[in-house]
Amino acid sequence: MGSVISAAALPWAALDSVAPKVCSFEECGKDSVQLVGGKCASLGELINAGVRVPPGFALTTRGYAQFMREAGIQAEVAGLLDGLDHEDMDKLEEASHAIREMIESRPLPIELEDLIAEAYRKLSVRCYLPAVPVAVRSSATAEDLPGASFAGQQDTYLWIRGVDDVIHHVRRCISSLYSGRAIAYRMKMGFPHEQVAISVGIQKMANAYTAGVMFTVHPATGDRSVIVIDANFGFGESVVSGEVTPDNFVVNKITLDIIERTISTKEICHTVDLKTQKSIALPVPAERQNIQSITDDEIGELALMAKKIEKHYGRPMDIEWAIDKNLPAGGNIFILQARPETIWSNRQRTTGAASSTSAMDYIVSSLLTGKRLT
Amino acid sequence: MKFPVPHDIKAKTIPGTEGWERMYPYQYQFVTDDPQRNQYEKDTFWFYDGLHYPEPLYPFDTIWDEAWYLALSQFNNRIFQVPPVRGVDHRIINGYVYISPVPVKDPAEIGERVPNFMERAGFYYKNWDALEAKWKVKMEATIAELEALEIPRLPDIEPLSVVTEGIGESTGYHLLKNYDDLINLGIKCWQYHFEFLNLGYAAYVFFMDFTQKLFPSIPLQRITQMVSGIDVLMFRSDDELKALAKQAVTLEVDDIVTAHRDWADVKAALAKHRQGNAWLAAFEKARYPWFNISSGTGWFHTDRSWNDNLNIPLDGIQTYIGKLREGVSIDRPMEAVRAERDRITAEYRELIDSDEDRKQFDELLGCAKTVFPYVENHLFYVEHWFHSVFWNKIREVAAVMKEHGMIADVEDIWYLRRDEIKQALWDVVTAWATGVTPRGTTTWPAEIEWRKGVMQKFREWNPPPAIGVAPEVIQEPFTIVLWGVTNNSLADWAAVQDIGDPDSITELKGFAASPGTVEGRARVCRSAEDIRDLQEGEILVAPTTSPSWAPAFAKIKACVTDVGGVMSHAAIVCREYGMPAVVGTGVSTRVIRTGMTLRVDGSSGVISIITA
Repeated sequence: MGSVISAAALPWAALDSVAPKVCSFEECGKDSVQLVGGKCASLGELINAGVRVPPGFALTTRGYAQFMREAGIQAEVAGLLDGLDHEDMDKLEEASHAIREMIESRPLPIELEDLIAEAYRKLSVRCYLPAVPVAVRSSATAEDLPGASFAGQQDTYLWIRGVDDVIHHVRRCISSLYSGRAIAYRMKMGFPHEQVAISVGIQKMANAYTAGVMFTVHPATGDRSVIVIDANFGFGESVVSGEVTPDNFVVNKITLDIIERTISTKEICHTVDLKTQKSIALPVPAERQNIQSITDDEIGELALMAKKIEKHYGRPMDIEWAIDKNLPAGGNIFILQARPETIWSNRQRTTGAASSTSAMDYIVSSLLTGKRLT
Repeated sequence: MKFPVPHDIKAKTIPGTEGWERMYPYQYQFVTDDPQRNQYEKDTFWFYDGLHYPEPLYPFDTIWDEAWYLALSQFNNRIFQVPPVRGVDHRIINGYVYISPVPVKDPAEIGERVPNFMERAGFYYKNWDALEAKWKVKMEATIAELEALEIPRLPDIEPLSVVTEGIGESTGYHLLKNYDDLINLGIKCWQYHFEFLNLGYAAYVFFMDFTQKLFPSIPLQRITQMVSGIDVLMFRSDDELKALAKQAVTLEVDDIVTAHRDWADVKAALAKHRQGNAWLAAFEKARYPWFNISSGTGWFHTDRSWNDNLNIPLDGIQTYIGKLREGVSIDRPMEAVRAERDRITAEYRELIDSDEDRKQFDELLGCAKTVFPYVENHLFYVEHWFHSVFWNKIREVAAVMKEHGMIADVEDIWYLRRDEIKQALWDVVTAWATGVTPRGTTTWPAEIEWRKGVMQKFREWNPPPAIGVAPEVIQEPFTIVLWGVTNNSLADWAAVQDIGDPDSITELKGFAASPGTVEGRARVCRSAEDIRDLQEGEILVAPTTSPSWAPAFAKIKACVTDVGGVMSHAAIVCREYGMPAVVGTGVSTRVIRTGMTLRVDGSSGVISIITA
């Protein structure tokens, strides 16, 4: 573990010195992971693939580097990390707490504040909303990559409004790079801390009437010919966290018709509290608990989007989506996140057909086995 | 799964039907006096073949059951030697047919059968097209023979030529002989029926099976779609009606053709016009052989053909003329069907992960496409064309029997077994030869009256879907197809049957046969005659549909049937026209009434009754 982090040793220092410190998602793509982290790169990739994603922008790793450099805390951070044992959680938490407090108390360089404020203002104008509510989320350079799951290790803050709050939460996202868990994980996996940078995504909040997740492969059977959609009222958190049993739909990927539908009793949903402007959990009114939380047309459009995303990436995907209640139908369904599905994709499925070559051999061997009556 | 023991059901004879067993062949009975057979019957799983026999069998109509009992079993067991299974055994309880595939239990024997099957069935698969061409020649010759077969009336005195030409045979002998020939032609035709059928089913079933292994959630309708768009004879009769509709418009006689509901009136009106006569000539030309199409499945004498009731094809022609006047295309969208088939096949194929699986998929799909035309076309030749002619030849036999006082009405003949008819004809012929009254004139009419009562009681009885001990696996291809239909639907049917009051049912389930969801007014049609009352935009609810119902599909917006799988006529036609279908619901014609508002979801197979 290096004790002194010099700017020259940082990977992003090698980035072109004209690389932007703040950039819009449209400017990102799958090759920009080193600049904007996995999450923002993937959002940019989706936008450029023609998928509707809530607009936003990123503070880049170059911006992050400038902040760390000008905050003048690098040596101190390195010192606090030096000699830690990844199994000693108490010590880790202590160091994490100190580092995070240090980061969150430092102001952003004026240049970065201006860039973020301007980008935020433009975003608000674009969304026709004063002080547009945004999600501020960390986008680490080592997350969402095949083979390394850093998902959920860094923080996301929902329903943030106003420049000051945005900037404050940008700092909190940056500091989440130094949560106890994140530090321990890097040490355990042998990733040097100085090799990991962070970018922060600032994205328009979808004011979700309904949201959820979908897979372009059946999570239970590995069937690649279906898209499986989970949906609940409100933001997608209730679905992602497993807080409710969502409505479940199995859609035929080839023809896009709904082949199975299960409407569950949905007792809780997440929405914004208009007084505090915070995301809160609310009980679903009894009369809505058992009705379908998404229309058939919306299911069809989601499935079409999922199919497009899978085609773009060339592999089964795990997707988060939301339907915005402030926008008209036809332009209100958004993809919030898409990442390669890992469980089935790493498993080679065979039917046992390899042993028979001709149709005749297969027919005979099937006749010998017969059909099981269940 | 647990089902009743056959002998227990048999012991509970429906009051008033005592002695019903004599209406059917003796070997169809469950027995108690033969310990060995009794034990075999107890150890065996018998399931009710409701797909073919939704109603109890008339004694005469048992002929086709006997015919396939023989033909399927011999091909399985003696000709191709399907390794793990012999033939399919049959029994009858209260007029309903129960069947059971007979397994080969000794693994060594199965092993010995494999090379035979590979050689023999392999020969058929490899030479399918050439053998099928040969089949068509045999089949058409058999039908030609049937059409030429005369059922003579017995004359008071034989023609002089019998003497002058030294013939030495009487009309009585020819009546007996031609009845035998008629029956033998029927049995022969069913030999051909099964020549390819089980091999075809096997190719089809295991293509489906393999595709379901690759894609566990794939709807069966999508698999059948991969072999759609292949020209089959099933649609030919309907195409003839469309051509006649177009010609009526071209000849400007469409107003006359649509002026009356009854064929006799239309024909009389047309005969007064020169153009009308040209159209009538085209109509007559289309009748052979294409109006030899049954308005049911063709399995029963009650299924009459278009030729028997020309009002049915007339109604179809009128429907098409109406569509043409509206400027609507009446041609089947074959190009679109094929394009969608190719798109779906390619997209599924692309999702297959391994090269081996993709290769196997291609092989099996190729095989399924090769066998598909036979699997469909044999129906036209056997169940429609041959049977339509056959039933009417039997009616000619009945006319002779009526003439001699053996039966009161032509339609009474169906209450006699075919061997009883032969016996009765001997009675007629010997009495005719001798110049006395046949004995049967006092015995048969009374027996037939009694049998009519028995049949009525049978119809009121609900056959259990299965009896005996269920096996774990079924290997016989035909039974897999049948079981596939019955097994999945048994629970749903049973659930509905358990509800005492059909009015309390608001939802029915069946096979998702063609996707999409619509709401509309129900029209329950039990026969091809009923479809004449269909109104534009209604939902057709029928026991089953046959190719002769095709014109009805130009009017409706969804179809629901009691009987049938995803390969059934209603399923295939609805997929072509892109309208929802739910088939094999078991009880929809009993639960749904004309005028109800229904929601039909052809993707999930659910029918909801919205308003009664």
